[in-house]
Amino acid sequence: MEELKLLDAIERYLNGEMQPDEKTQFEQRRKDDPELDHRVVEHAMFLQQMDQYCEGKRFRNTLHDIHHELLATGAIKEVPRKATIINLWKKYKRVVAVAASIAGITALSISIITYYFTPNGNISEIQKLSQQFKQLENSQRQTNRELNNLKESTKPAAQAKVGGTGFLVDGKGYLVTSAHVVTNADSVYLQNVKGEYFKAGTIYINHLSDIAVLKITDDRFQPVKQLPYSIQKNPAALGEEIFTLGFPRPSSEIVYNRGYLSAGTGYNGDTLAYQIAISANPGNSGGPIFNEDGDVIGILSGKQITAEGVFFSSRSKNIFTALQEIRKDSTMEDRIKLPQTSSLKSLDRTQQIKKIEECVFMVKSY
Amino acid sequence: MIFHLPDFTVGYFPVYSVLIIRITVKPDSTEEIALLQRLAKHDRQATETIYKLYYNMVQSLILNNNGSFDDARDIFQEALIVLYEKARSGTFTLNCQLKTYLYSVCRRLWLKKLQQQQHYLPEMNGMEDMVPVEEDLEAHQQRNAEFQMMEKALLHLGEPCRSLIEAFYLQKRNMTEIASHFGYTNADNAKNQKYKCLMRLKKLFFAEYKNNNV
Repeated sequence: MEELKLLDAIERYLNGEMQPDEKTQFEQRRKDDPELDHRVVEHAMFLQQMDQYCEGKRFRNTLHDIHHELLATGAIKEVPRKATIINLWKKYKRVVAVAASIAGITALSISIITYYFTPNGNISEIQKLSQQFKQLENSQRQTNRELNNLKESTKPAAQAKVGGTGFLVDGKGYLVTSAHVVTNADSVYLQNVKGEYFKAGTIYINHLSDIAVLKITDDRFQPVKQLPYSIQKNPAALGEEIFTLGFPRPSSEIVYNRGYLSAGTGYNGDTLAYQIAISANPGNSGGPIFNEDGDVIGILSGKQITAEGVFFSSRSKNIFTALQEIRKDSTMEDRIKLPQTSSLKSLDRTQQIKKIEECVFMVKSY
Repeated sequence: MIFHLPDFTVGYFPVYSVLIIRITVKPDSTEEIALLQRLAKHDRQATETIYKLYYNMVQSLILNNNGSFDDARDIFQEALIVLYEKARSGTFTLNCQLKTYLYSVCRRLWLKKLQQQQHYLPEMNGMEDMVPVEEDLEAHQQRNAEFQMMEKALLHLGEPCRSLIEAFYLQKRNMTEIASHFGYTNADNAKNQKYKCLMRLKKLFFAEYKNNNV
């Protein structure tokens, strides 16, 4: 408290706010007490510092305000600087010009020289060779065509509009494929790995889960007694190794690909699908996605155009849903029975494929 | 403002610098002096006028020498502070044009900053000294150091002391006003609180002050 009073007195004294008699008294005390004198001097100095600080602070604030005001009114502009590159360019324009012309002349002369000295006898020979190669190719193609004609006596005459892959879910001739493969199809034909054609009809389509169920209507089809794989009902785990078989090539050659399950949901969090990482091509659509044990966990449906290597697969559970709906809707006498057990467990991948490939078909819709 | 200078672009300035100084040994600077007197009185209009006249010159100087917009603004404002301090000191005699003076100060300040950033010193366009400004800058440096010390002390003081001190000394509000604003029952209470804060601030400041002057 004493301290505060003293400080108050000093400040009033320095500001000249003291009454005359109080002031003389204070000055007397100051003379007598060197410590007080020291404190007065010190405080005077401090007040001056404070003053300067406030002064500076106020001026700085004003400058800051002015800067922003002038910028806003456009009186000053933050003109972009001339880039160093432009300055360099201005400086070395002539050097660059000379260098460029020398380089140009050199390049020209080198190409002229090469042109003159290149032996030009080989070209016709190369052409001949390529022609021979073409002839070979042509004859081979012809042989192939004849071979195919033998096999494909029942082949439809027209070219397929859409091609995809499908796989048996019941040995009696029921297949599952992607809905978008058979949409707008007048008729659907299936081709197996041996190249045999069968006609099929669409009995169910669900665009939301991208699943279609087909039935082979051809008499020539011989039912498969037991399918080697089973269809998994439970959701698959993230990171699971997967593989697929499909017909991306126009020839009826089956193609194997493998990858892994990269997300538990599909495009934009679609819970009917998975995201998978696999290398697949148009024509793989509708192909079965197997896990390591050979259970079907999904049906390949499409890829994201805006990202690399992102594919989506409809969940195998959607097959169960589809069958339930078929049962509800129709009065079909024979019920579709999904395979319950897989005989592929702990087999080599090559052996697995050998067993599976007979049940995978190329789907051609016309 | 009237200049008897041909309006050289900054890039060509130094070539003629000797010439300019000779021309402007006795500048017709009554207007400039009036402007500076107003600046010393913290006249906003005058400050704005100076800002408008010379900012673009300094900006192109800084931008052409590896600086950014922010650098340009900082350097120019610091130069104006130097000018302000000089104008207030009362010893200011303008023995060259205001433009030349500001240009020289900015050039020095920028060179120093480049040195601090350990840039190599490029052969910069328009970087020859035009008028000696070393003394002014030294005085400014001292003041600036003191300014920083006070700022630091205030920063360490903490709230509400800081606001209280600033309201009294910076905004020069009276005690009754402060008391009601900060919620003290009366002016005396506020005053006591102010003195308590002041004592702490003094301690902080003088500790810093001694540190810097040892």
